[in-house]
Amino acid sequence: MTTADTERLAGVEPLTYPFNEAKGLGISEAYEQARTSTGLLRVRMAYGEPAWLVTRYVDARLVLGDRRFSRAESVHRDPPRQGEARSDSGILSMDPPDHTRLRTLVAKAFTVHQVEKLRPGVTELAEELLDGLEASGPPADLVEDYALPIPVAVICRLLGVPEQDRPRFRVWSDAELSTSSLTAEESEANREELRAYMAQLIEHHRRCPQDDLMTALIEARDVGDRLSELELIDLCVGLLVAGHETTATQIPNFVYSLLEHPDELARLRADTSLIPTAVEELMRFVPLGSGAGFPRYAMEDVEVGGTLVRAGEPVLVAVGAANRDALRFTEPGRLDITRQGNQHLGFGHGVHHCLGAPLARLELQEALRALVVRFPRLRLTGDIEWKTQMLVRGPRSMPVGW
Amino acid sequence: MTWHIEIDGHQCMASGMCAGIAPELFALDDDHARPLHPDGPADERALDAADACPAMAITVTEGEEVIGPRS
Repeated sequence: MTTADTERLAGVEPLTYPFNEAKGLGISEAYEQARTSTGLLRVRMAYGEPAWLVTRYVDARLVLGDRRFSRAESVHRDPPRQGEARSDSGILSMDPPDHTRLRTLVAKAFTVHQVEKLRPGVTELAEELLDGLEASGPPADLVEDYALPIPVAVICRLLGVPEQDRPRFRVWSDAELSTSSLTAEESEANREELRAYMAQLIEHHRRCPQDDLMTALIEARDVGDRLSELELIDLCVGLLVAGHETTATQIPNFVYSLLEHPDELARLRADTSLIPTAVEELMRFVPLGSGAGFPRYAMEDVEVGGTLVRAGEPVLVAVGAANRDALRFTEPGRLDITRQGNQHLGFGHGVHHCLGAPLARLELQEALRALVVRFPRLRLTGDIEWKTQMLVRGPRSMPVGW
Repeated sequence: MTWHIEIDGHQCMASGMCAGIAPELFALDDDHARPLHPDGPADERALDAADACPAMAITVTEGEEVIGPRS
C-alpha cells in the first residue's frame, strides 16, 4: 500500500461485517443506508483484511461480471471471511481461462435443456416423499423429511454418488459450509476426508464406468487430459456439496417466506402456473447469506459506485442487498410472486453464475408445487431451529403440520 | 473462415457468463448479452462461451455449419 492509500483509508474505521442476524431471514437496515449513500463502505470481517462492500445492483453486476476483478487472487491473500478456515479451493477460486476449462467440462450436464429431462423424476420423488409424510402423519420436519432428500437424490444420481452415503457426506458438507465452528486445521482435515471419500468413488468409477457425470469427467481427465486428478476430485466434491446444500436450504426458506406472506401463498395455491415467477421472486427476496462471501480482488484500479477501488483491494458483493435495490426493482421490499423482468442476482452473476441454476430452479419449482398442492393447510407447528455459523442461512429443522 | 455468433434474446438470461469468459467477444447490456462482432475470425473462446452459457442462448456457425455449442 502506498502512502497516499494509507492516508486515503486513514480515519475510516471499517464497519464490523456481516450485518444480518445469523438466525432468520431478515435483512439489516444498514444495507438500505449503504445503498443510498455515495461510494462503497469499508467493512471488516472476523478474519482477513478489510474490504469494500458493494450493495447496489449495478455495482454488484460490475464487480461480479468484470474480468478486472479476480477470485483466484484470494488464494495468495488474507481474504476477508467469517471463520478462520479459508474456502479458496476449487472452481469458485479460479479465473478464466482455468475456470473456463473446468466450467465447460461440466456445463453441458446442467443446461436448461439437459436438466429438463430430470423434471418428471423430481416431481415423482416429491410426491413420494409427501406420501410418506401423510402416511406417518403430522408433524414432520420439512428439512430432514422433504427439503434435503430431493436435491440429495438428484445430485447423487447425476454425479454417481451412492445415496445411502448421505449421512456420511452430510457431516462433511455441513463442515465445508460452516463459517466458524471449526479451526483451520479441523476444516483442512474435513476437506481431506471428503477428498479421500471422493477419490475412492472415482477409483471405483474408473474400474466400472457408469452412465453418470463422474464417469464423463474421468474420461475428460484420462482420455482428454483436460484436468488434473486433484481438480477432478475437487470438482466432484464441489458438485456434491453445492448440488444439495443450497437447494435443501432454499426449500424451507421459500416455504417459510410464503407462510410469512399468506396472501402470496394463497395466490400461488389458486394458480400454480405462477410457480416459476414465484421461485424467481423468492430467489430475489430471500437474503440467503448472513453476509457476502467470496471476495473479488481488483487487478487494476476500478471506479465502483463512486469509490476508486485500487488494484489489490478486495471487494465483497452483498447480493441480498443488491436484490433489494429500488433503482432496479419496483417496491423491492415487497414479495410479489408475479414480478416480471426479475433479473435478480440470487444465482450470482458473471463467470461464477451458479452452474446448477437450471437444476436448482427445477427442484425448487417441483418441490414447492407438490407441497402447496398437497397440503392446503400447511403450517408451522413449533419453533424453527435456525442454522448458525453457516455461509447460508435457513432452518436446520422446521416442524410443520397440515 | 469467418465465424458468426448469434444470441437468442428470448433464451438469454443475462447471467454475464459470456462477457466474463470473453469480454473481447461479448458485451452485457441491461437485459441481454450481445456479440461485439457478430462476424469475426475464428476464436476458441466463442465456443467456450457457447458451451458455458447456462441458457444455451449462444450459437456459433461457420458457413452453414453449427460449431457451437459443441456436442
